[in-house]
Amino acid sequence: MGKSTISKIPFKGTAEQEQKLRDYIAANKDVQGSLMPIMQEAQEIYGYLPIEVQKIIADSLNIPLEEVYGVATFYAQFTLNPKGQYRIGVCLGTACYVKGSQNVFDKACSELGIGSGDVTDDGKFSLEATRCIGCCGLAPVMTVNDDVYGRLTADDVPKILAKYKDM
Amino acid sequence: MYRSHVLVCGGTGCSSSGSAKIRTEMENEIKKQGLENEVKVVQTGCFGLCALGPIMIVYPEGCFYSRVTVEDVPEIVSEHLLKGRVVTRLLYKETVTENGVKSLNETNFYKKQHRIALRNCGVINPENIEEYIARDGYAALGKALTEMTPEGVIDVILKSGLRGRGGAGFPTGRKWALARTIVPDADQKYVCCNADEGDPGAFMDRSVLEGDPHAVLEAMAIAGYAIGASQGYIYVRAEYPIAVKRLRIAINQAREYGLLGKNIFDSGFDFDIDVRLGAGAFVCGEETALMTSIEGHRGEPRPRPPFPAEKGLFGKPSILNNVETYANVPQIILNGAEWFSAMGTEKSKGTKVFALGGKITNTGLVEVPMGTTLREIIEDIGGGIPNGKKFKAAQTGGPSGGCIPAQHLDTPIDYDNLIAIGSMMGSGGLIVMDEDNCMVDIAKFFLEFTVDESCGKCTPCRIGNKRLLELLNKITDGNGTLEDIDKMEELCHYIKNNSLCGLGQTAPNPVLSTLRYFRDEYVAHIVDKTCPAHVCKKLVRYEITDECRGCTKCARNCPVGAITGKVKEKHVIDQSKCIKCGACMDNCNFKAIIKK
Repeated sequence: MGKSTISKIPFKGTAEQEQKLRDYIAANKDVQGSLMPIMQEAQEIYGYLPIEVQKIIADSLNIPLEEVYGVATFYAQFTLNPKGQYRIGVCLGTACYVKGSQNVFDKACSELGIGSGDVTDDGKFSLEATRCIGCCGLAPVMTVNDDVYGRLTADDVPKILAKYKDM
Repeated sequence: MYRSHVLVCGGTGCSSSGSAKIRTEMENEIKKQGLENEVKVVQTGCFGLCALGPIMIVYPEGCFYSRVTVEDVPEIVSEHLLKGRVVTRLLYKETVTENGVKSLNETNFYKKQHRIALRNCGVINPENIEEYIARDGYAALGKALTEMTPEGVIDVILKSGLRGRGGAGFPTGRKWALARTIVPDADQKYVCCNADEGDPGAFMDRSVLEGDPHAVLEAMAIAGYAIGASQGYIYVRAEYPIAVKRLRIAINQAREYGLLGKNIFDSGFDFDIDVRLGAGAFVCGEETALMTSIEGHRGEPRPRPPFPAEKGLFGKPSILNNVETYANVPQIILNGAEWFSAMGTEKSKGTKVFALGGKITNTGLVEVPMGTTLREIIEDIGGGIPNGKKFKAAQTGGPSGGCIPAQHLDTPIDYDNLIAIGSMMGSGGLIVMDEDNCMVDIAKFFLEFTVDESCGKCTPCRIGNKRLLELLNKITDGNGTLEDIDKMEELCHYIKNNSLCGLGQTAPNPVLSTLRYFRDEYVAHIVDKTCPAHVCKKLVRYEITDECRGCTKCARNCPVGAITGKVKEKHVIDQSKCIKCGACMDNCNFKAIIKK
């Protein structure tokens, strides 16, 4: 399931971010089953869940770090590595797949020179083969952050990426 | 009073193609023309015909504008809303007849549908509780709390014949009755809603949550009253941001109106609902795994018994129903069990929502009475297969289901018939495949999904499915033997019989059903070393035909230099060098390169 590598990129969290997280934990630690909502909030604040952040959560909730790490690596949405400035997702759900999204994905890989789950060296793009995002009417679909591009062919990929390369 | 209403779809499909910008532009244009007191713009949930999005309907005429762009908005406002002249070029062509515009309900796409779960989707503004109330919203909760006993509610649901819409089809009333009685002295019980719609290609639950969130809240409160619970949880996929946002708005509004919280309708009944977000794990659609996840752990399933009705969320008696199941409940309470059970087949009552996707003209959401045939859904409602291609199979039930071939197109769809032909209802994804899809590749696609999503707790699922996938890869690589087919069948049955939860027990279904109906394709891969649909890369051969004019374009575009030939002479591909990328075929101007 989720990736279990620990990020080699140095942790750059600020005191402000930590305070925000600690406030959220304080307000929610007594809610039943609060670990996942807290981790989701932490990822919202930091963009990913480095080991330093997992330690803050484990200590504040008084649970073993192993438990936090276990949850972080079980679910696909939690990421231990920072994402690119532009997060690219190519849907490989069934509706997109039967309409050729594998070709779109392969094109994105070769254009960016990275595979699924990786980030480009300049930190600009990260690529993910995603599960169904639910706009099957537009299949095949690719997302860049919150922008959605539909009814694609592989040839559309370089044009779309070019828009972001200069941004 | 407004003289005109403009309904703009705000579902995920249309939002993704820019419907929010269209709505803003519409409001601006209307103000510019000074029509803001005459025309009202309403953001609604999904209309269902996602293929034509972004969609807009203008009432009272009922004009259905499709694939609208921001640039079209001024024309719609100045022509239609100001001068009363319909913009014919933007109308959905099915609604244009010689005698003018016909009603949307008369089109093939909507004519055969019967909307219960989707009755408010595309009709009301989901972010306004008053629009829901105006459509009899919360009347069923009022009826249940003030006129019915909890046993009476359970009895109506039982008699209606409603079965779980999430896939397995367990009778909803029986689930509720068990949770009410099995632990007589329980201090706390829970009502859960499964909105973790992980089945790729299925988006009916999302549309209900986005288009009619209050229906789910109302039904959960009714369920709480029936089983004696005061707390509900909705577990929804984090990939559905619009659904999450609207659910939260709806919960706050319901609390403000006293329809959630303490002493609802002065009946002494308390009930509240919390939203919990999933984090991308397919196995969390399984009921015990979902509950483990709400508790804040790795979402691994638990052995049953004890069943959740006895020992579920936080160890308390709990029920879990799917979004679409809940969406039916208020209507059943209001209209009675007989009204509901009059629809459908002997053992499957009511309607079912299907998400049509893949190689079909009208991709989108449809709701039809149980017992409708696949042919009616695909050909009449779905508009058939585009580009003149031939139907090969319909896949239902997602990674747990199977592929249904042309010979079973006339089977009336219900829970039991689908199982009999080797598939299952599942949550209602219906993906259509044509002659260009390879069925071995499709089986492999689903198995890759389940291998990736297997939680790893039990061995048959974790290792068995992996071995199964390796055998499939061996076949699509051209290294398979006929004995591999026997091995695969044996392994499939072993995994089905021995896995802990529904994920593993159903994971081999895509392999078994394709082996059952498309064995010839497996044999072609193994014996003839060819992929009849030209999908499996290792088995495809690119060849240059006599149409070649020797323009050298293919040779220049080949990334590995596998193509040679003189100018103005036929070129040749060196098969030992070819990596089968298809660049030559894409670049040939004379259609002189073919796949074999």
